[in-house]
Amino acid sequence: MHELSLARAIVSEVSEAAVNHEIARVGVVEMKVGVLCGVIVDSLQFAFEFAAVGTPLEGAQLEFVSSEVTMWCESCQVVVQPREKLVFSCPNCHSPCPELRSGRELEIVRFTERHEDAEVMQ
Amino acid sequence: MNAVAASSTETVVELGKRVLDYNDRAAAALRERFSAAGVRVANLISSPGTGKTELVVKVCEELARSGVKTAVLVGDCATDNDARRIAQVCSMTRQIVTEGLCHLEASMIDDGLDGWDLGDVDLLLIENVGNLVCPSDFDLGEDLKVALLSVTEGEDKPLKYPHLFSTAALIVVTKMDLVEACGMDIETMEENIVAINPGAEVIETSARTGIGVERLASVLCNAITAKPRDGEGITIVSGRRDS
Repeated sequence: MHELSLARAIVSEVSEAAVNHEIARVGVVEMKVGVLCGVIVDSLQFAFEFAAVGTPLEGAQLEFVSSEVTMWCESCQVVVQPREKLVFSCPNCHSPCPELRSGRELEIVRFTERHEDAEVMQ
Repeated sequence: MNAVAASSTETVVELGKRVLDYNDRAAAALRERFSAAGVRVANLISSPGTGKTELVVKVCEELARSGVKTAVLVGDCATDNDARRIAQVCSMTRQIVTEGLCHLEASMIDDGLDGWDLGDVDLLLIENVGNLVCPSDFDLGEDLKVALLSVTEGEDKPLKYPHLFSTAALIVVTKMDLVEACGMDIETMEENIVAINPGAEVIETSARTGIGVERLASVLCNAITAKPRDGEGITIVSGRRDS
């Protein structure tokens, strides 16, 4: 359960930031997830609900924004996208591109405060 | 980190933080400690049953012959079977039992080193929990990330598990003595490795016949000689009969 470790880390980081901003309850946590980061979003969501219990994130929503693979082509001196998924060579000159520029991220981008009265209004 | 009042009812906090920041911080502290003590570190990752432990045993024997002081930390969900096997050839060996966790984290390495004098160690081998997915995310402060796969696992394994195989600096093929028995097309497998990780070095090994063991030990040692200690490289001589 790799995702449980990640969920705990998300809860820990956001809780700390929430306390610093005097936020009692967190509404939405926006995550950036690289397509190669190896995380199963459904599993992370599932683990998050358990990890969040008893914290400012209890009942918060996780939202995921996907990040595609880009890589640096040394020959062409430009950032390129792979022609096919998981083929790390330049679509123009076909030379190998071992240096990835994106696609592996797993980041907490931002989060919002949730107000009690907003909940009442629902 | 900035709080922005997006509307009268919603506060947005821009965090921009990597989820694995906590592990990366612990790994950075380890890396500093290893560097100060002149210890080079390899993190060995593969699926269960690839033959990591047997290969580590053979590599430890080879390193001992070359005068390299080696220590081993070995992770498993349960039992200390692997540590007991390795301890027969390497006295500084310790088991990390994760009790179900699918990978090692930097904090566990920190705990595992407790009481060891790193001044007595040239090379630390970390045998990760058998798993091709999760361990590749967790930096353990290593100099060299090593992915292993056996010839029994199929030519397309590197394509099926790109996350590990595309990020390893060294890819070790194990059980080369079984190539024919398995009908393994080794050329196709190595083409797949190049496709997924054009920069990786590949070493073919067999713990049973000894093929590639010296070369692997030598590459691990090159990781040592490549990085001088206190301004003076330590010289380790290892033959490369099989390279």
